Amino acid sequence: MPDGGSPVGEPEMAGKPFLRLTGVRKTYPGVVALAGLDMTVSPGEVIGIVGENGAGKSTLMKILGGVTKPDSGTVEIDGVRYDGLTVGGSMRAGIAFVHQELNLFDNLDVAANVYIGREPRTGGILNLVDEKKMRADVAPYLRRLGAHFAPDTPVARLSLAQQQMVEIARALSVNARLVILDEPTSSLPIAETDKLLEVIAGLKAEGIAVIFISHRLAEVERACDRVIVLRDGVLVARLDRAEVTHDKLVKLMIGRDLKVAYAPPHAARGAPVLAAHGLRTATWPTHDVDLELHAGEILGLAGLVGAGRTELARVLFGVDRAYGGAIRLDGKPLTLRGASDAVERGIFLVPEDRKGAGILLDMTLAQNITLPDLPAYAPGGLVSETRELVRAEASRGELAIKAPSVTTRTASLSGGNQQKVVLAKWLAMKPRVLIFDEPTRGIDVGAKAEIYRLMRGLAEAGVAVLMISSDMEEVIGVSDRVAVMHEGRITGILERAQCTEENILTLAIGAPLARAG
Amino acid sequence: MNKKDLGLLVLILVVGLGVYLKNPLFLSPNNLANTANLIGLFGLFAIGQGFVIITGGIELSVGSMIALLGVLFVDMVGNKGVPWPIAMAVVIVLGLALGLAHGLLITKLKMQPFVVTLCGLLIYRGIARGYTADATAGFPFGSVYPGLDFFVARYFGIPVSVYVLAVVAVIAWFTLHRSVFGRYLFAIGKNEEAARFSGIRTDLVVTSAYVICAGLTALAAIFFAMYTRSVQPSSQGNFYELYAIAAAVLGGFSLRGGEGSIVGVILGTILLQELQNLVNLLGIPSSLNFAVMGGVILIGVIVDQQWGAIRARRRIVEAARGTPTATASPEREVS
Repeated sequence: MPDGGSPVGEPEMAGKPFLRLTGVRKTYPGVVALAGLDMTVSPGEVIGIVGENGAGKSTLMKILGGVTKPDSGTVEIDGVRYDGLTVGGSMRAGIAFVHQELNLFDNLDVAANVYIGREPRTGGILNLVDEKKMRADVAPYLRRLGAHFAPDTPVARLSLAQQQMVEIARALSVNARLVILDEPTSSLPIAETDKLLEVIAGLKAEGIAVIFISHRLAEVERACDRVIVLRDGVLVARLDRAEVTHDKLVKLMIGRDLKVAYAPPHAARGAPVLAAHGLRTATWPTHDVDLELHAGEILGLAGLVGAGRTELARVLFGVDRAYGGAIRLDGKPLTLRGASDAVERGIFLVPEDRKGAGILLDMTLAQNITLPDLPAYAPGGLVSETRELVRAEASRGELAIKAPSVTTRTASLSGGNQQKVVLAKWLAMKPRVLIFDEPTRGIDVGAKAEIYRLMRGLAEAGVAVLMISSDMEEVIGVSDRVAVMHEGRITGILERAQCTEENILTLAIGAPLARAG
Repeated sequence: MNKKDLGLLVLILVVGLGVYLKNPLFLSPNNLANTANLIGLFGLFAIGQGFVIITGGIELSVGSMIALLGVLFVDMVGNKGVPWPIAMAVVIVLGLALGLAHGLLITKLKMQPFVVTLCGLLIYRGIARGYTADATAGFPFGSVYPGLDFFVARYFGIPVSVYVLAVVAVIAWFTLHRSVFGRYLFAIGKNEEAARFSGIRTDLVVTSAYVICAGLTALAAIFFAMYTRSVQPSSQGNFYELYAIAAAVLGGFSLRGGEGSIVGVILGTILLQELQNLVNLLGIPSSLNFAVMGGVILIGVIVDQQWGAIRARRRIVEAARGTPTATASPEREVS
């Protein structure tokens, strides 16, 4: 069912492909996860795979990793056909994974992480780990990746992009011939993403094949030779680099146009609601933040990771104490002794760490939604289940949360629906200020659009919205104004007309804008 | 009552039947009343421990508190001539204060509950022994305290402690399983960070759990002092914190927090006391007491966990067989 892009058909590749899948099919009860997939990956080729959550990407990865067996179809690696590919078999065949959630031990150093489980030994009676050899062996891999850190650096001290390099170094050290990167850029700041894309180019130059899975279409466009679009387990398009455009990808992924992704900005900005004056956070105790957030606007907060944006959000929400300076709400000084103080005044936060701080995975939808305002559902101090369920059902309808029931545990929901539960918590109360920290990280295109619509709806209802985001497209597309942070300071505030990628990046690295404007 | 509680109840009945067949004295009114009294006493502070464990904490100083508060109570009433209601109030207030101190150390100074209450265990025991110079605190020979007999009285053959436990348990059940505060306790136990980010005053809630625990422990301390009549500061209440923790674990509490029920902890207490009784009635050397208890708890937890794993597997298989497309959304996460 090709409805865009080039016709679905396997182009003949010049060289012998490293990986060939033919008619790979996998069904789960009630769901066709993969409906007969054909694809090849040649050495030195970078293949992008895009698709919404549930399109079949994870199933494909599980099959390649030997975790899941396909119902039918064949997997051929380096000319050898594998009928029952195992985890070990996949590894020995030269397939390596770099997962979205990094599997590193941050209490160990780089070399120990690369060689975890197969450490070189000194031999003899003690048979200790040969640290010296391990470090010496790791160094060349790091050089090949252009990594500027030593093998004995503790992983905890590395940035996210550097940690990914450690994972890639591990792949190189096992002589991987196909490296599969699952959402590698979703948690990376802009500058580090560039570094990762360079590393991918380096792997390609060495003849290593790369599969690059990402929700960030801009990077897919840049990095990949070919892009495969999956939708509901069906390969809907194979695009060459030249054919790839953002709009086309989105359309293919969701099967319709998504022009509504960024709702039009609101016309009038209301009065200032929340203001920070000389606010200092523990991370940048000597740098002041001055910021005014108005009713009815979406203020984007851009910057590199480590610029102090999340720390600012935490202080404004009261979970961390300000190191100095003042917060004003409606012009009156506001002292926050904890998040409970902020919640009482209608200042809410949708945190970056959705699973750790946003929701309680072990509790039901209904219990999560009513938690911040529980006394309202508890006449006489005892929680009324009926009231809870009524509220939760209403929220489920309003936000179109996809869940079998409101008594389902939130752990079983997809990322996008979990994020909607976090939002539902706050929408069930009266928000005045809503702070979003990376609201759409790891969420598929369809759910993203819904979250943007909800944000815009809130702004139009007079809520002041602050949106922290490292996704450039999102910052520019969604915000009415963009504040850019660098090393604990606001280095500039851009009106909508000035919001270009260049301007934001310039301010984010702390440089002045070329022309005032 | 969930399936787990039901399983525990069945175990209690089966063990009871076994003991009865070996020694019919088990069901004699006197033995039953004695055992019930002990259940009442241990149940009181086990419920308190349950509140703390729900938050993911632990209270190790229970036994030492029972010794210290018991010593003070007996000394005030027996030697200092303090009227018993005032002594009782002082002891309870002191208990609450100790709980408050524990709670504040844990929430404000961010100390680990294990460390704080371990220090409590050592300090209170030490003070109790130092205060009496290791002598037994007792009431003067021949003295009578009409009001205090209430604590060891029986009505309709049932000891007062059982009635008190029943009242406390009902209140605790509503508090834990129905009230806003109870929901907060569970939320904090499951994920304190997410609870805080939902605007819950987590410090206040956690501190309250320690205060409740210490309050119930103080109440139990008075019952124990009246039960033993004299308080030996070096042995009174030894290992009682472990009885409480064991009862909670048997009753389905997770030491990681966020799981447990009042019914469970009471059934756990009943089983432990039944085992104690079993050791006595079956002529097992009482020195083996702890070994029997430890063995039963170990086997119980192993059986429970394995059974849980089997059920979880069966649920997955069933879901895989019978799920229609309608509920595809959560399943789709897998694809």
